[in-house]
Amino acid sequence: MSNGSSAPLVSVEDLNVKFVSRESTVNAVNDVNLTLDPGEVLCIIGESGSGKSVSMRALLRLLPERRTKITGALEVDGKDVLALKGKELSDFRGGLVSMIFQEPMTALDPVYSIGHQIAETVRRHEGCSMEKGLERALELLELVKVPSAERRLKAFPHELSGGLRQRAMIALALSCRPKLLLADEPTTALDATVQIQVLILLRKLQEEMGMGMIFVTHDLGVAAEIADRVAVMYAGRIVETGTVQEVLNSPRHPYTQGMLSSTVHGNMRGKDIEAIPGSPPDLRSLPTGCSFAPRCRIADDGCRAEVPAEVTLGPGRIARCFKLDETAAPKIREPMPA
Amino acid sequence: MTAYIIRRLFYAIPIAFGVSIVCFALVYIAPGDPLQTILPEDASEETILMVKKAYGFDKPIPVQYFIWLGKVLTGDFGLSIATGRPVTDEIFKALGNTILLAAGAVLVAFTLAFTLGTVAGYRIGSALDRAVTGIAVIGVSVPNYWLGIVLVIIFAVELNVLPATGMGPRGSDSFDILVWNDFRHVIMPIITLSLIPIGIITRTTRSAVAEVLNQDFVETLRAKGLLETEILIHVIKNALPQVLAVMGLQFGYLMGGSILVETIFTWPGSGFLLNKAILTRDLPVLQGTILVLAIIFVATNLVIDLLQTAVDPRLKRS
Ligand SMILES: Nc1ncnc2c1ncn2[C@@H]1O[C@H](COP(=O)(O)OP(=O)(O)OP(=O)(O)O)[C@@H](O)[C@H]1O
Ligand code: SF4
Ligand SMILES: [Mg+2]
Repeated sequence: MSNGSSAPLVSVEDLNVKFVSRESTVNAVNDVNLTLDPGEVLCIIGESGSGKSVSMRALLRLLPERRTKITGALEVDGKDVLALKGKELSDFRGGLVSMIFQEPMTALDPVYSIGHQIAETVRRHEGCSMEKGLERALELLELVKVPSAERRLKAFPHELSGGLRQRAMIALALSCRPKLLLADEPTTALDATVQIQVLILLRKLQEEMGMGMIFVTHDLGVAAEIADRVAVMYAGRIVETGTVQEVLNSPRHPYTQGMLSSTVHGNMRGKDIEAIPGSPPDLRSLPTGCSFAPRCRIADDGCRAEVPAEVTLGPGRIARCFKLDETAAPKIREPMPA
Repeated sequence: MTAYIIRRLFYAIPIAFGVSIVCFALVYIAPGDPLQTILPEDASEETILMVKKAYGFDKPIPVQYFIWLGKVLTGDFGLSIATGRPVTDEIFKALGNTILLAAGAVLVAFTLAFTLGTVAGYRIGSALDRAVTGIAVIGVSVPNYWLGIVLVIIFAVELNVLPATGMGPRGSDSFDILVWNDFRHVIMPIITLSLIPIGIITRTTRSAVAEVLNQDFVETLRAKGLLETEILIHVIKNALPQVLAVMGLQFGYLMGGSILVETIFTWPGSGFLLNKAILTRDLPVLQGTILVLAIIFVATNLVIDLLQTAVDPRLKRS
């Protein structure tokens, strides 16, 4: 899938996002590096508050401009995202890159019909008439397998179930054939059975349309099912990346290891990543050293002195830890004390 | 939607009915005898009985009510005790005059307040927002009759550019708001009356817009690449039902006519009429005016309700 010779679809370098207010500065994303090839699926996993959503919003420039300080280099399909202005930015959003949100209940405008909301997006990006947009909306609803699509076109969001709403949201996101789809926990709010259906649908459409996708989830089972590669986030940093097999079968970062050992192997679906003792650091005052040190089983004074740099373990396989030699297999199979 | 409109209309009937009972009961709730004012001090029992009969006061109360209601339904509110003229004519003349001011004031207030409120709602906490909030506070706290007097002093007395009182040379019967010479007479009353609605509608719009902007779907609108102007339309449509609700209430209050403002501008509207009816204990006029005003209030609410559901389908009540 990843085509070595072509340029990456997404390249994120040294991304830092800070929310500045009079009282404090929240270091939500710190020195994040990422690449995504066209047609590839990357899963970002991490605890609540680890900066997953903020990273995604930064990619679409959705963060409140006045209070947010973004630095680093963000490139999507060769476009410098941080330099986009005005109409260029609007063309970029929903055109080249779309986003699906976690809450299908609130992500759609309650006072417009589903059809209108899709059609106006098509009209906006393709400059066609509303009628043409509605025709396209119907095709899209059929594509995402919304039953009796014709009737649903005129329905308002509150008249649809959560699953159908999320399908409509997917139809909306795909309406202008984006090259990159950002999916921020798109199935978390859905019932288990609906979750799987939506997941399978997303994966299928992603493959058919050859889109790159960044998929945020808490759920290791979901990651195992959908991802080509996985990035593990902790306290605004990516602490480990690799292929889905590498990260889930032979994790190297103590955080990933702890997270995985707290999940029964082979039955990862639905498991949250909360079984490591302790809680993540306060993003307003990060520890000087490794952010995971307070919770790390093997932390030492060196870990607390400075932030570990990225260590490349293989092609596309990176971890941020001082003691990677200690974390190598076979030790990792031992369950961590919980 | 048509079925819904019919159902809502149906619901309004018992309310109107209840209102009519209250209005009718005014005769018995109000202190004093309504006939006292027209009867001489030394009227004989016979005369009193005759007059009572003439006004229908000799029959049992429920019968009186149904007779009254039957007449009201055909547009007959009886005769004014004070002037002897048909109440219907007086009411509709006064209401027609008041509606000019009320509609004008609501229109002015809505346009101005909706713009100001939207701007402020978009920039909560900014200097602009503080300025708009200041205007809103002034609107609700400065007495409007005071503004009326100040306007008269400036534009009628000092500058002499606008007429201070009345409806103009041709009076209320042939008043035509589209004629400049008549229109000049409504300018100051409308500005005066729009003061409170400006304050209230501005505040409501501001908070409604801010609330909508905080909702998740606005982020979706940005994420799908809509332009800010297109997003604004979504925001306005979402904020509108709340604003319509207060606008309807304000229109309802204004239809009651402000006694003070109508007195300042000697405007022969419903406030004026009510005031006069109260002072002279003119119960038929009082009953009729209050009933018509109440019905207008109910009808305004109904229209607002239907407008709201047209904008936001979630508001449909079953
Ligand atoms: N607009 C904002 N202003 C200030 N702080 C913010 C803002 N948005 C997010 N944060 C903070 O940034 C941190 C990271 O938030 P983020 O939403 O990215 O977490 P997440 O990894 O997506 O968590 P979850 O799994 O719960 O969705 C959190 O501490 C959050 O409180
Ligand atoms: S750097 Fe040290 S504290 Fe951080 S994860 Fe590695 S071993 Fe643990
Ligand atoms: Mg999130």
